[in-house]
Amino acid sequence: MARMKFLCDADRCIECNACVTACKNEHEVPWGINRRRVVTLNDGKPGERSVSMACMHCTDAPCAAVCPVNCFYTTADAVVLHSKDICIGCGYCFYACPFGAPQYPRVGNFGSRGKMDKCTYCSGGPEADFSVAEYEKYGSNRLAEGKLPLCAEMCSTKALLAGDGEMIAEIYKQRVVKRGYGSGAWGWKTAYRETVAI
Amino acid sequence: MRRAVTLFSTLVLATTLLSAPGAFAPAQAQNPQQQDGLNPMGTKPTADSVNEEFLFKQADKITGRVSIPDRKSANLIQPQGREYRAFRESWLPWIGAIGILGMIAALAGFFFWRGRILTDDTQESGKKILRFNAFERFAHWMTATCFIILSLSGLNYIFGKRLLMPVIGPEAFGTLAQWAKYSHVYLAWPFMLGVVIMVAVWVKDNIPNRIDWAWIKAGGGFIGKGHPHAERFNAGQKGVFWMVAGFGAAMSVTGLIMLFPFTVLDINGMQVMQVIHSLIGVAFIVGILAHIYIGTLGMKGAYDAMGSGEVDLAWARAHHDLWVEKQQAKTASGPQLTGRHPAPAE
Repeated sequence: MARMKFLCDADRCIECNACVTACKNEHEVPWGINRRRVVTLNDGKPGERSVSMACMHCTDAPCAAVCPVNCFYTTADAVVLHSKDICIGCGYCFYACPFGAPQYPRVGNFGSRGKMDKCTYCSGGPEADFSVAEYEKYGSNRLAEGKLPLCAEMCSTKALLAGDGEMIAEIYKQRVVKRGYGSGAWGWKTAYRETVAI
Repeated sequence: MRRAVTLFSTLVLATTLLSAPGAFAPAQAQNPQQQDGLNPMGTKPTADSVNEEFLFKQADKITGRVSIPDRKSANLIQPQGREYRAFRESWLPWIGAIGILGMIAALAGFFFWRGRILTDDTQESGKKILRFNAFERFAHWMTATCFIILSLSGLNYIFGKRLLMPVIGPEAFGTLAQWAKYSHVYLAWPFMLGVVIMVAVWVKDNIPNRIDWAWIKAGGGFIGKGHPHAERFNAGQKGVFWMVAGFGAAMSVTGLIMLFPFTVLDINGMQVMQVIHSLIGVAFIVGILAHIYIGTLGMKGAYDAMGSGEVDLAWARAHHDLWVEKQQAKTASGPQLTGRHPAPAE
């Protein structure tokens, strides 16, 4: 079975935010929630790099471990999903997540937060595939159609790669060899406990 | 002539350009990586670039610039989430379980060894003296009820999924946890109010002094048979007072910061607040268990103080003799003795 991962090639990312826009549009993500975001490091200085970051779908996900109602589950493709029906909006998953993936729709109300929302690897949630309920809560389910996440598909420079971990690691390695440089697979050590050897 | 020169120079230029080596060759050949890591522009892409390892040497988390208003999203990677997870899932459940079960075991052990503490009958038995007035009792019970629900809902965050969810199933547990969360967040306010009232009303009677030291040295009368002197509050009660004041303040401050997340602190600060809140919460529960024990099962006659406000005079004389003396010195007949004596005429 494929082990799905994301890899953002920071040396190709031009901070166009197409990935952000694609995700927001495809899943009709409410205002204020950013499932995917682009972070620019060393902005304006030599060595500036941009990284597109959403949920990394970690091995041994820390969000799932700290959830007090155990609303997370990992699919056969190693995608980390959760149930908004059981979620109580306590916010622990955000504290545990190294990447800041969980987002909450409510600000105020004594930190009530509302139901947590995050990148689903375009594979919906526990509701039935392609149902209206699934779309309303989690967004579209592309993986069940055999498609890859839209953010990676829309990436203008093919900086953001999504797919089976070994395949995208291989693509990245080839790139690094061909062009002669690479800033590494951002977040892989933290998320998957392994990194792409360049 | 000039036109001819222009035409000629244009032709020369064009020929030069067309024959320039690699002019139309694929891009790859135009940007070869040389051995010293330089490309023909003279830049060193690998050396110039930031990478994870380099950035982690400079700061404990990697932060950049984002174009959205949510400041938290500027953190790219915060590895402290790992430690937070280890604390919540490895340390805290054990600390909580050992602390609370340990205290229950200790209290049970004490009860079976010492039994319920009784007061000998004297001539004063059956008479009453007012110990806590209605306002004090109200403040105490408001705080106590809130504390029970706060501690149960708080413990649910730690143990709920381990102990309760396997019993009632995830959907029911999710609903229960949701209501536990609401009650925790809303009852925190009357709890904080109650603590402030109690501290204000009782602080002057809870200043430690020499009498408390003597009480402690005599084991409070728990060990052995003596009744060391005590004022309105003995050393044990003063301990409970300062515990409630101190832990109450800590829980309030950390709790308030968590009620308004990320307003004053960043992600690491919020994680620390949660660690403090949970550890002190557990310690608070452990301490209050002992307080509940002695005030109900542990000592006969103690509950009346907070229950009705009036205690048996013999009990008061035995356990808070200096307080009884002071109260009775206020008027000859003692204003707190109820029912028997008419109020002094104004």
